[in-house]
Amino acid sequence: MKYALLIYQDAEFDRFWASASEEERAALYSQFDDFKAVAGERLVEGNELALSTTATTMRRRGDDVVISDGPFAEVAEHLGGYIVVDARDLDEALELARALPEGTVEVRPVIEQRVRA
Amino acid sequence: LSTAPDVAAVFREHGFALLAILAREQRSLDVAEDALQDAHVAALRQWPEQPPRDPPAWLLTVARRRARDLARREATLERKLPLLAVDRPAAGAEDELDDAPAVPDDRLRLIFTVCHPALAPAARVALTLRYAGGLTTPEVARLLLVSESAMAARLTRAKHKIAAAQIPYGVPAASDLPERLGGVLAVVQLIFTEGHLATAGPRLLRPELCAEAIRLARVLRPLVPADPELLGLTGLMLLVHARRDSRVRDGRLVTLGEQDRRRWARGEIEEGLALVAAAARAHDPPGRYALQGLIAAQHALAADAESTDWPAIARLYARLEALDPSPVVRINRAVAVGESDGPRAGLALLEGLEARAAGLQLDLARAELLARSGDRDGALAAFDRALALTGNGPVRAHLRRRRAAVGA
Repeated sequence: MKYALLIYQDAEFDRFWASASEEERAALYSQFDDFKAVAGERLVEGNELALSTTATTMRRRGDDVVISDGPFAEVAEHLGGYIVVDARDLDEALELARALPEGTVEVRPVIEQRVRA
Repeated sequence: LSTAPDVAAVFREHGFALLAILAREQRSLDVAEDALQDAHVAALRQWPEQPPRDPPAWLLTVARRRARDLARREATLERKLPLLAVDRPAAGAEDELDDAPAVPDDRLRLIFTVCHPALAPAARVALTLRYAGGLTTPEVARLLLVSESAMAARLTRAKHKIAAAQIPYGVPAASDLPERLGGVLAVVQLIFTEGHLATAGPRLLRPELCAEAIRLARVLRPLVPADPELLGLTGLMLLVHARRDSRVRDGRLVTLGEQDRRRWARGEIEEGLALVAAAARAHDPPGRYALQGLIAAQHALAADAESTDWPAIARLYARLEALDPSPVVRINRAVAVGESDGPRAGLALLEGLEARAAGLQLDLARAELLARSGDRDGALAAFDRALALTGNGPVRAHLRRRRAAVGA
């Protein structure tokens, strides 16, 4: 069963990341390399998202389209990236989430049949 | 001719084990529940005429047959629900099923599933009462003071999450076991605490909830026999529950110091003391439930309020605070220190607690300590703050009475 690990980051992290040095970035990326090593074949895919300041939100109701600056929800934490893993059950998915750099991770089952790219 | 067994009593005793077996076999809580429900109905119809030789085995056989029909129908309707993630059963478990319906492994799987931290606490409590407690949905609704339809919806949502998120139907890995078992015990204690000091409803005490929590703890005993914290929690609950008949008089809260100790249930106290002692022996240093049990034991052992060993209680609270540095523990410790070393020492321990947690208990403790230290105005103000924080009738009556006594 596939789970999406949705990685959330707060404003403090965003500020840090926006001005992070090469070494600081490398240090964090190496933590993701550690995660890859732990996950092995259970890692399906994953991507870092650009900072939430680059987000654009579109809302469509019928023919009505409203486009606005910023992420969908005005909340303290924003989606910073996602990883899809293949795990036996929720406990295994949570165990993998624990191997990610510290922070908040939302673990959501992926419905596999309905939507395909 | 043998008399027909009481169907409800058989369900209360064996429902948990039967459901646990069916859930693993069918990999669906819904199918397991429906099948068992049908077996229940069949038992009500058939047992008066033909009493079964082995009631739980009869129920399992009927429920299994029914589950196969249900599973077939589900399959043909192509309305396939997500299945429970069942881990491999322990070696030999399959062989035991036919003659021994109570495979502890299955019950443990079920209890860890319904107490999983991925479920909301209210859902864990409801699922635990429903499945481990063997209560019907209306019974759980009545116990938790919500409508039957709201309870049914809460249970349905929780079951859906178990299946859709694949919360495993299994015993956690050894590394997670202590933490997860702690989560199960927390659910049991939550049920007990709600009965001991109801946050909703007109009554101060809801002893039926306390009794249910104690029964759940007894059900868990053979499943994790060596766990000192379960022993400690069971002992603690028995010692506290033993005071129930003396805690309310004329609709009013009676404090521990004022209670008529002759009305305490001696048998339960004896059993509670033995369990707490066993818990303290089994693990040194004692865990948090064992420590709370040892504190309750100090009260149980004092012949009257005056002979309470407050210095010992204050020391136990200090140890408890080291394990659980929460405001509630600090407040209780301050009360004990106030009794053993004087009100000023107690008040000193309450300094700066507002920042972490305001609340009824804090204002009440401060009010009593201020009154004893001679600060009448400070005490009255603290009673007023406490009164503003609770809607529980008997608690309010107690606060008003104490406020009047201090103000007089």
